[in-house]
Amino acid sequence: MGEKQRRGFAKATVNTILALLCILWSLPTLGLLVSSFRPRDEVLSTGWWQTNPASFTTRNYEQVLAGKEFADPSLPGGVARGNDMGGSFLNSMIVTVPATLIPILIAAFAAYGFAWMNFPGRKLLFTLVVALLVVPLQIALIPLLRDYTGLGLNGTFLSVWLAHTGFGLPLAIYLLFNYISQLPRDILESAFIDGASHFSIFFRLILPLSTPALASFAIFQFLWVWNDLLVALVFLGGNADVAVLTQRLTEMSGSRGQDWHLLTAGAFITMAIPLLVFFSLQRYFVRGLLAGSVKG
Amino acid sequence: MARTETVAELPGSPPPVGRTPTELLAWVFRLLISLIVPLVAFFVLYQGFIFLRDSNAPKLVIALVAIIWGVGGVALLFVLSNWLVERLPDVWRLRIQPYVFIGPGIIMLSWFLAVPVVRTLYQSFFDRTSTNFVGFANYAYAFTSPSMLESFRNNVLWMIVGTGLSVMFGLLIAVLADRSSFESIAKALIFLPMAISFVGAGIIWKFVYALSPGKEQIGLLNAIVTGLGGEPQGWLVKGPWNNFFLIIIMVWLQTGFAMVLLSAALKGVPGELLEAARIDGANEFQIFFRVIIPTIQGTIVTVATTILIATLKIFDIVFVMTNGNFGTEVMASQQYKQMFRFQDFGRGSAVAIILLIAVVPVMIYNLRQFRERRAF
Repeated sequence: MGEKQRRGFAKATVNTILALLCILWSLPTLGLLVSSFRPRDEVLSTGWWQTNPASFTTRNYEQVLAGKEFADPSLPGGVARGNDMGGSFLNSMIVTVPATLIPILIAAFAAYGFAWMNFPGRKLLFTLVVALLVVPLQIALIPLLRDYTGLGLNGTFLSVWLAHTGFGLPLAIYLLFNYISQLPRDILESAFIDGASHFSIFFRLILPLSTPALASFAIFQFLWVWNDLLVALVFLGGNADVAVLTQRLTEMSGSRGQDWHLLTAGAFITMAIPLLVFFSLQRYFVRGLLAGSVKG
Repeated sequence: MARTETVAELPGSPPPVGRTPTELLAWVFRLLISLIVPLVAFFVLYQGFIFLRDSNAPKLVIALVAIIWGVGGVALLFVLSNWLVERLPDVWRLRIQPYVFIGPGIIMLSWFLAVPVVRTLYQSFFDRTSTNFVGFANYAYAFTSPSMLESFRNNVLWMIVGTGLSVMFGLLIAVLADRSSFESIAKALIFLPMAISFVGAGIIWKFVYALSPGKEQIGLLNAIVTGLGGEPQGWLVKGPWNNFFLIIIMVWLQTGFAMVLLSAALKGVPGELLEAARIDGANEFQIFFRVIIPTIQGTIVTVATTILIATLKIFDIVFVMTNGNFGTEVMASQQYKQMFRFQDFGRGSAVAIILLIAVVPVMIYNLRQFRERRAF
């Protein structure tokens, strides 16, 4: 075999193995997506790989999104029970948007303070931030549950925002500090000479310049909060009115474990937004990952 | 917000003794403003808090109020406290302003992570309701009860197998992708599960593992097994192997993370180094194990540590797939159970402290790295 043929053969082998791995990695998700569009009877009787695209339907989605009642003529009473994923979707939004924006704002201020201001205790406090990077949030669940009970916060959105803010802050401050402290010194100095205050420098200069870092962390935090189950379970508890998507899906998996046509549609609804965020902002996400991320 | 104001006339400074009554009146007025503005702001924020806590308004209204109140409120707090500080004399402003910037962050960190470490440690020496001191009884329970020992064993399995496989697959795919003709598509497909929640991934894989007794198999794995002439299995029921089927889900999710970081590190390996090895007659495998691996060792350690910590705290997958039944309990699911099912805050705290102790080496490593890397 000549050198050229050998190279070509090696490349073909690499491509084949990689393609097989990609198929292996994608099949589970593909099965979920296909099944979510198949009618109930088909999902329960044949494998998704034997699907007939002609029979695809959006009924499963309509039913899981619907509230308490969902018209279903095929049933004796004409009514099926919905899963109120629509309501949970809204709850997830209410939880996720502030729980992403609040820590970013607080962390950006703190990162600026650590990077460009001098004060006693600066080094000690930043060491605390670094130490807290890997602390498991499990450590805080019981004390916070007590505090929240005292404040009457259990089962409110506020409780989850605060918790996600607190748990997300070490990483947020750390990532933003790394970025903000690297900004060129002379930009800030000339602003100071022009008489600008820290506050206006922060809002007019630092925040706009830090957009890439802010975006990276925002994606992290958004995915983290949207996909979180534990914090929601502990602080939102059993209150069905405020249940987020992950809670609802967990509950469905327990109560309707064999209704695969609904579970697959429900799972896909929980995945839709993260996948959208992920694909539209992948560049920032990867950059954030590379900037070092160990989440506690 | 220019800083050129005449500081001496600001309300924080001593009253201008010996000036005209009008000037004194103006000074009092400014002082009052400085007090009233924050009070009004806090009142508005408090009303928002009460509304959000007790309201039964339509969800969309609450959602909007919540987002505006939450985000706007935090911004308002910063603006206000800064406004107050800027009205102080220069000496005090310079002294206090840094704390306006870092204060809220540090307060939140302390309330939600730092202080709970101490509180949880304290509670771990008390009984289920935190009333009677029990010494090390909760830890004795944690290290002797069969279900806790089972979760330690499983956590070790998760950490070794889960981390090992994620890093191996991540490295393999990174290397292959680098030499393939469709690098970006392959990477996107492998990376995609990173966006999926543990719960969503749980459902995806529950469907792969599904068992339909006595019928045609709709679960992919059992269909393959029966297609090959085997008997369909309840993959999640039989211990200890069911743990591996749960761990696969983690590997499926985390490989993309490992791949992205390792791929970036691979691209950083200098081309001359590889050329030199090739000229010396090394084959591709020797180059991989003797040149590439040592060069990217640092990244491998970082990736492995991150995934180790994630597997240590693994909760959602177990909770959704088996709820800890069939011998699949792990530490985090035990902690949750102790807290909520058994209402035993003492034992729950002890398990949390054990989790914390497990990450202490990483914490020390991080701190050491941080100290070495920069003159802070």
